[in-house]
Amino acid sequence: MSIHTKIVDDFVANGVEFITTVPCKQLAGVIDEVEERDEIYHIPSNKEDEGMGLCAGAFMGGKRPAIIMQNTAIGVTVNTLVTLTQFYRMPLPMLISYRGELKEPVACQVEMAVHTKALLNQLNIPTYHFHKQSDVEEFDSILKYTFMCNKPVAILTDATFWGGY
Amino acid sequence: MIRSEILREIAPILRDQLVVCNIGLPSQELHLIDDQPTNFYMLGTMGLASSIGLGVALAQDKTVISIDGDGSVLTNFGTLPTIANNVADNFILLIIDNGSYGSTGDQPTYAGKKTSLSAVATACGCENVIECQDKDTGKVLQAAIDSRKMTIIVAKCDSGNIKLPVITMDPVVIRDRFMKSVQG
Repeated sequence: MSIHTKIVDDFVANGVEFITTVPCKQLAGVIDEVEERDEIYHIPSNKEDEGMGLCAGAFMGGKRPAIIMQNTAIGVTVNTLVTLTQFYRMPLPMLISYRGELKEPVACQVEMAVHTKALLNQLNIPTYHFHKQSDVEEFDSILKYTFMCNKPVAILTDATFWGGY
Repeated sequence: MIRSEILREIAPILRDQLVVCNIGLPSQELHLIDDQPTNFYMLGTMGLASSIGLGVALAQDKTVISIDGDGSVLTNFGTLPTIANNVADNFILLIIDNGSYGSTGDQPTYAGKKTSLSAVATACGCENVIECQDKDTGKVLQAAIDSRKMTIIVAKCDSGNIKLPVITMDPVVIRDRFMKSVQG
């Protein structure tokens, strides 16, 4: 089973039916997999804060949401995470490509990578870092944890996890 | 008419619907005029009323009305293509366009100058876009609800505000009673 299939299987098994995405090269495979599944309404966003608004609405409408985005989005969404997702206590699994880590070819990505965990920590967002492919085994538990505690939760997935470029 | 006068006039129409209301004065005004558990008040996060409303509409079948402002739509312009390409016929976006950032001191927006939000919505692919004058908002809104077609309404009105208190209700209470209304 591919890593993309495993991730999306876990989303489906945990009742996640509404997924918004902002693309990243590292996430292309998992986004394709989300698009293919009949169980999931896939709604691409133009910006990640917009996506978090869609997810907040879907949650209040009765569907479990998730967002798939790049770590640069943390710089875009601080206000939304704090004043919407956290203030109203809503769950939001955030599957995040952790650009700027080992095997990164684009220097500029490192500039955001060095702030990513510090920002998530400052925001008190539970954060998991998938580095080895076997780390994906925890994804199911992380989803259950997210919908148990009604918080945004970050899953950082680096290039080594995705098998490099 | 100013925004609060429109809200007062359409309150009887909104009363039976799920409403996602924009941050700042619009939410405070609606809260003062006719507080309902079916109202989701945004206490922060400028720009996302339309996104939240679309999310609610896509997740269930009841009619959802997002009350937005011209300034907030300009803040989250990417919302219009997303709305156009994810049609939810139970969704109405009501943009009260007073050409100003009302909650922050009535600074002019570009929507009050050369930019037409209804033309932008149409260009983004939205199929039912209606621009109306303030006094016609109720009639147009009721027709949109009855049509069961996703509709974008741009209601042009005057700039101006009334003095009123902030909403002190806990956000989790706002969210919880709104969700119970969705389920009820």
